[in-house]
Amino acid sequence: MIEMQDAAYGYGAEPLLSGLSLHLAPGSFHFLTGPSGAGKTTFLKLCYAELLPTGGQISIFGHTATGLSRDGIADIRQRIGVVHQDCQFLDHLPLTENIALPLTVTSKGGLVQESNLNELIGWVGLSARANAKPPELSGGERQRAALARAIIMDPDLILADEPTGNVDWDMSLRLLNLLVELNKLGKTVVIATHDLALIRAAKQRVQARVLRIQGGQIISAGADL
Amino acid sequence: MSLRKDLLGLMRGDSQADRVVPRSGQSARLTLATSAAMAFLAVFAMALSMASGRLADRWSDALAQSSTIRISAPPAELEAQTWAVLTVLEQTPGIESARALSDADQQALLAPWFGPDLPLDDLPIPRLIEITETTDGYDADGLRLRLAAEAPGAVLDDHSRWRTPLAEAAGRLRILGWLALVLILGATAAMVTLAAQAALSANAQVIRVLRLVGARDSYIALAFVRRFTVRALTGAAVGTGIGLLAIAILPSARDTAAILTGLSFSGTGWLWPLIIPPLSAATAFTATRIAAFRTLRGLQ
Repeated sequence: MIEMQDAAYGYGAEPLLSGLSLHLAPGSFHFLTGPSGAGKTTFLKLCYAELLPTGGQISIFGHTATGLSRDGIADIRQRIGVVHQDCQFLDHLPLTENIALPLTVTSKGGLVQESNLNELIGWVGLSARANAKPPELSGGERQRAALARAIIMDPDLILADEPTGNVDWDMSLRLLNLLVELNKLGKTVVIATHDLALIRAAKQRVQARVLRIQGGQIISAGADL
Repeated sequence: MSLRKDLLGLMRGDSQADRVVPRSGQSARLTLATSAAMAFLAVFAMALSMASGRLADRWSDALAQSSTIRISAPPAELEAQTWAVLTVLEQTPGIESARALSDADQQALLAPWFGPDLPLDDLPIPRLIEITETTDGYDADGLRLRLAAEAPGAVLDDHSRWRTPLAEAAGRLRILGWLALVLILGATAAMVTLAAQAALSANAQVIRVLRLVGARDSYIALAFVRRFTVRALTGAAVGTGIGLLAIAILPSARDTAAILTGLSFSGTGWLWPLIIPPLSAATAFTATRIAAFRTLRGLQ
């Protein structure tokens, strides 16, 4: 699904990440952890080609990232659901339209029944907030809405960047459970977090692996929980 | 990035896609108002061009097949030279008819300047002969030589001396009118480009979100292109309507040679301004499309 071979990335002359070599297999569950500023978000951005490696090679769904055209990157992203830490919604649209946005922009809106959309909104527990605008939502509601938007296209890979960063513990567990459910449906899940309690909680629910970034490198790739 | 696909998308419309980009009141009003103003000016430029064209044609046609011979001679020789000239003209190929103006005709010609009571017999007024040419025309240089031999007081005036520069001036005015139209379209394109670039920059976050969820650049560009094209079309339609109304209520042309009172359309010419709104829309479509793809290429 995603293959990195000695991949590197740097915002300036100094590389932030280097020597990244790993394979994210279909249906696997990964935690990406490390101190703030270690490069967790950068790693995720490399996974969905928001950033392109400055060294080495990254293959996404069999396509070399640096060889992808703009349209190629857009097509790749239709197979990846991303949950950002700050969620990134269109504030002028109601929640329902924000969640359906991936369908709208790929002109697949007509393929999904309204009932399915409502079912998805219900699954993340936001039925009562369907017509609210994003600025009117709480942190937890925004995270759940972002998760719903991330999976509406039935993606093969879900990348979540600090999905529990702005929510309380109960909401964190609820979001974790949603992601575990998706993994059980065959989705590959990568969660970037520095919340070790969340990783421990996941141990009881799913077989996950931890990728720890330190000093610009993944130092414990493949370590079981 | 296919133009055909974008044109089809533009015509088909997509209400959901239109909602993806938030409406910006300022750029919308700016595009509408400027398109309307430009279309209003374009109607006048077109009217000026067409009126100049008509004037050039009129000045080219008027007197184009007529000439005048002026005979200035002592009173004793005037009649003889007049007959000599008429005889020469009868024998000259390309002359359809020739007629010596009577005293009454000459009096009528001079009346606007000297009044009706001009004592024509007391003044050394030259005799005028009016010539009408055939469609093939005559050899003016050859006629001048023959007149010099047969009637030394006769001078041929084929009107080209004053008619040609006037027709040329009107022709250039017509070109200036069309040039003004091209400049107006260029200014419209520049304005739309600036407004589109401002809208794209202001919506950088929206573009980031759209790309994040898998939108192609052609989809994002079309959302902006459609909006600006519709605004330009609407503004230009309003401006053209007002321009046509303003032209229609201008004073009518009583004096056919007067350019100011002749600034209007005639017959099917009234249909020509109807191309301004679609032309503005096409200009906006092209300008926004180029600006959108250029800006999107520059955005991370």
